[in-house]
Amino acid sequence: MDILSDSADMSAYVDGFMWVLRLTITSAIASFILGVILAGFRVSPIPVLRGIGFLWVSAFRNTPLTLIIFFCYFALYSTFGLKFSGNITINNFWLGVVGLSVYTASFVCEAIRSGINSVPVGQVEAARALGLTFMQVLRLVILPQAIRSTIGPMGSVLIALAKNTTIVGTIGVIEASSVMKGLINDHGDQVIPIFVLFAGTFAVVLIPTGYLFGWLSNRYEVKR
Amino acid sequence: MAEQQALIEIDHVNKWFGELHVLKDITLNIERGEVVVLLGPSGSGKSTLCRSINRLETINDGEIRFDGQPLPAEGRSLAKLRADVGMVFQSFNLFAHKTILENVTLGPIKVRKDKPAAAKEQAMALLKRVGIDSQANKYPAQLSGGQQQRVAIARALAMRPKAMLFDEPTSALDPEMVGEVLDVMVSLAEEGMTMVCVTHEMGFARSVANRVAFLADGQLVEQATPEEFFADPKSDRARDFLAKILTH
Repeated sequence: MDILSDSADMSAYVDGFMWVLRLTITSAIASFILGVILAGFRVSPIPVLRGIGFLWVSAFRNTPLTLIIFFCYFALYSTFGLKFSGNITINNFWLGVVGLSVYTASFVCEAIRSGINSVPVGQVEAARALGLTFMQVLRLVILPQAIRSTIGPMGSVLIALAKNTTIVGTIGVIEASSVMKGLINDHGDQVIPIFVLFAGTFAVVLIPTGYLFGWLSNRYEVKR
Repeated sequence: MAEQQALIEIDHVNKWFGELHVLKDITLNIERGEVVVLLGPSGSGKSTLCRSINRLETINDGEIRFDGQPLPAEGRSLAKLRADVGMVFQSFNLFAHKTILENVTLGPIKVRKDKPAAAKEQAMALLKRVGIDSQANKYPAQLSGGQQQRVAIARALAMRPKAMLFDEPTSALDPEMVGEVLDVMVSLAEEGMTMVCVTHEMGFARSVANRVAFLADGQLVEQATPEEFFADPKSDRARDFLAKILTH
């Protein structure tokens, strides 16, 4: 393929995927933390917190990510003046992270919540009957089992997140799909190889990721 | 006090599930060292009554006292009470992510604040007693139902409880495993453990219970020694119940 022999094209390709990687890692961390908190809200005995968790998940899980990313740019930044950095690329990167994280956190929350619900209620009763306090039951019995059964779904959420980062290209972060569009404009005779290269790069990284999470999930599965 | 107070006092207890009146003005005392078997058709409220003794079910009216103290509503004082009341469930409810040994040591270490070494020693002795000591490092899913239920009994005993509640402990077991669990319960009764058992094992009720309490439709219809109850039930409901279960 000619495009790989051109060093400028090559570095654009690498830069594009570096942005994908940065967006994925940063948003994964942020959405995991946010998702755990939201899951705590959703199972909490306090109605107000449950309500917040419910609204968050309902709002962000059922809205197209493209709209959320646009909102971050046009509303949070352009209208309300939320600014992370003077550097426009860095600024848009963080706006993208905000959008990806609030969106992905709703999926993380639901994965964890279903993990919590997968712990049989009888075990919780047995733990309470032993005289363990609410926090001890949560920490010693519920969460260790909930988190293990969440590993598999979490892999799917991570893979979806990695692919979703390309939407941040719409607000001016030159990530992989934006680079690809540029290369196709420059090399109209190599459309198919360029597609194969970019799609293949995603697949080569994400297929093993899927297997890794599948393996971890089996490895730590709680046998019932 | 001239007369020793009953360990468990159930005093005019009422409970509703929505419109459904599941416990109707139940009054029942369980003396120290006594084995009381709760009998009755399904839906009679016997499991609910058993579970209300350690407040896994809340009651709407009346009072339950354990060792002279009214059951605390919630929080640490309730947890403390529960530590003194062992409970064995129909579905075993062992902690699936912990080994047999860890299942038995969890309560003593986290609630009783026993040293791990001491808790382990006690757990091994209890597991030996119920015949599971050789499986201590396995996980619950690797054991048969009868074995899991014996571990569940050991787990409850590890808290050194003042009383044990059994909520249909053999109902989920294959027939050939019922005996091994009943054997453990019989030996506990012989040692003088105060026990409240919801069970359909009439042989156990007959031979081990000091008293049988018969519930129907949420009411405590009659209570008697097993000899009296099985030979000469006073109420129509009890006669009807016994006729149904003893004809086969």
